[in-house]
Amino acid sequence: MLQFQGSDTYIASEELMRSVNIAIALQKPLLIKGEPGTGKTMLAESIAENLKMGLTIWNIKSTTKAQDGLYVYDTVQRLYDSQFGTAGVEDIGKYIRLGKLGEAFQKTEKSILLIDEIDKADLEFPNDLLWELDKMEFYIPETGKTIKAQERPIVIITSNAEKELPDAFLRRCIFHYIAFPTPEMMEQIVRAHYPNLEQKLIDKALEAFYNLREIPGMSKKPGTSELLDWLQALVIGGVDPDKLKKSLPFVGVLLKKTEDLQLVGL
Amino acid sequence: MKTSLNEWNSLLDALELNLNEASLLEFYYTARAILVKKESDYDKFDQAFGAYFKGVEDSSTFPPDLKKWLAKAMAETMYNKDEVDAIWGNMTLEEIQKLMEQRLREQKEAHNGGTKWVGTGGQTAFGHSGYAPKGIRVGGIGHRRSALKIAEERNFRDFRDDDVLQIRQFQIALRKLRLLSNKDEAPKTELDIDETIEETCKQAGQLRIVMKRPRKNQTKLMLLMDSGGSMWAYADLCSRLFKAVNESSQFKDLKTYYFHNIFYDNLFTDPSCRWMSRINTDWVFHNIKNEYKVIIVGDASMAPSELLLKNGNIDYYRGNEESGLTWLKKLKKRYPAVIWLNPLHVKLWHYDYSSRTIGMVEETVPMFPLTVHGLEDGIKELLEKA
Repeated sequence: MLQFQGSDTYIASEELMRSVNIAIALQKPLLIKGEPGTGKTMLAESIAENLKMGLTIWNIKSTTKAQDGLYVYDTVQRLYDSQFGTAGVEDIGKYIRLGKLGEAFQKTEKSILLIDEIDKADLEFPNDLLWELDKMEFYIPETGKTIKAQERPIVIITSNAEKELPDAFLRRCIFHYIAFPTPEMMEQIVRAHYPNLEQKLIDKALEAFYNLREIPGMSKKPGTSELLDWLQALVIGGVDPDKLKKSLPFVGVLLKKTEDLQLVGL
Repeated sequence: MKTSLNEWNSLLDALELNLNEASLLEFYYTARAILVKKESDYDKFDQAFGAYFKGVEDSSTFPPDLKKWLAKAMAETMYNKDEVDAIWGNMTLEEIQKLMEQRLREQKEAHNGGTKWVGTGGQTAFGHSGYAPKGIRVGGIGHRRSALKIAEERNFRDFRDDDVLQIRQFQIALRKLRLLSNKDEAPKTELDIDETIEETCKQAGQLRIVMKRPRKNQTKLMLLMDSGGSMWAYADLCSRLFKAVNESSQFKDLKTYYFHNIFYDNLFTDPSCRWMSRINTDWVFHNIKNEYKVIIVGDASMAPSELLLKNGNIDYYRGNEESGLTWLKKLKKRYPAVIWLNPLHVKLWHYDYSSRTIGMVEETVPMFPLTVHGLEDGIKELLEKA
């Protein structure tokens, strides 16, 4: 059986790895929710790397429709071509362009499909994909063809919880909530990115970072990516780790909102 | 918790595949991943799991003060990893559990940082925040993942059940308020089939594509919310509606103002209705066009004087030249499409102490209960008046 173990640059908690493996074994989509900056999107990349599979990413925007992921029939191009007698106009298939979902279904080897930020789309969007994700196939009436996945892709779906997802959709998914990393896990994550950092700097920076996150009323708590950027800034700036107790140099890297900066009194 | 037969079957499939590897810990995670679909439900799952497997897991009786002893983690004491591994590494989990039970019977006080008792920061196979190659974690937060008891910790206790509850239903109801139109200055990205045929025919079959702008929602909405006082009881419900309206970016424009009980010559831009945040009602009527649809949310429960009298304002020092009812009538005249949503249960509208004022408000502005169904009916009314 395929087993995901985390990768060199992505430290996954045991719980997360378990959920990934459950989803793979049961052949169900894995829905990942969590605070921004907990590495939801990177998870798919890491699984792809770890299991040596191809990755198809479908980025969802507010205007994305379910149909876009399946296929687009370029009628206008066909009309134009017919005007000028371009060869092959009678072949509708030439004007059918597969979307990301269709692309993933066409792969001959097992691959990973990431549907990123599904909550960005319209309320009904997830419902429109139920059949396609269940059966891993869809029908193109124009050509009378059915596109069926040769190898069921591993589907990872991420959500920032901007919108509530429909129950029918949730029922079909394996769900995992990524809790914010504990300081110990964060240290591992930091080490994976910057193997040569001084222990003292990491300790002090993590302490300051977690203290900052504890401040009540913060409108955007700093996440993992902010911490990594900040550490880099501290190293480049040559900041003495002992100073982190009293002041927060480069705090703008951690806090992006004016009201948060005011909150910490900087 | 909503768990369907569907998910239950999936869990059985998972057990069939032995995803739980015959271990309770693996079963815990497997069941949670399959059955629970919201982080706010994790805690309910933990409780149910804890209650059901209680007898199975805990054959030991913990001294009553154990939790206190373990509450404060001591920093790890120095240790030699090889030595510790040699002591505990060869014991089975059952042996460790037996030993722990024995120690717990003998233990009378807190022991932190050592190699014998149940405590923190030490090197026994029981306790927390210490080191041992394997063992049983008792309390504490997961420093090293070698533990059996996770459900008991209820790590997700603090996840409030999101206010998104029912928001979705409200949002779906609000969608009906769409007024699609293509007046906007958006780029022309849609094929206009009728015009294309027309133009192509004019050119004797020479194809001419005509594009048009996609249609967009033109609905503009003004939300007036009663805030404070008797409305506190419905704060939750109202905030759900507010979120649904706010988050559905489908409206072309949304204005929100607040009032206390009823409005007079001032509205407020902030739910606290502080004097600083006042805005002149006449200014609002003048500057916000009558194409706006208006939804008023309030329980319409107040002293009749507040609605009927000059200077009846509950904040009496602020005074009012014209009665609340007059202002309400002015609003109705200015904005024909207006409804009142009342969080009070319909049954109480005509029996409660507030029935007099509710009756008078109802006569002026159509009133609907603040429920998903009431909102749907209200939206129908708004659309008819458009």
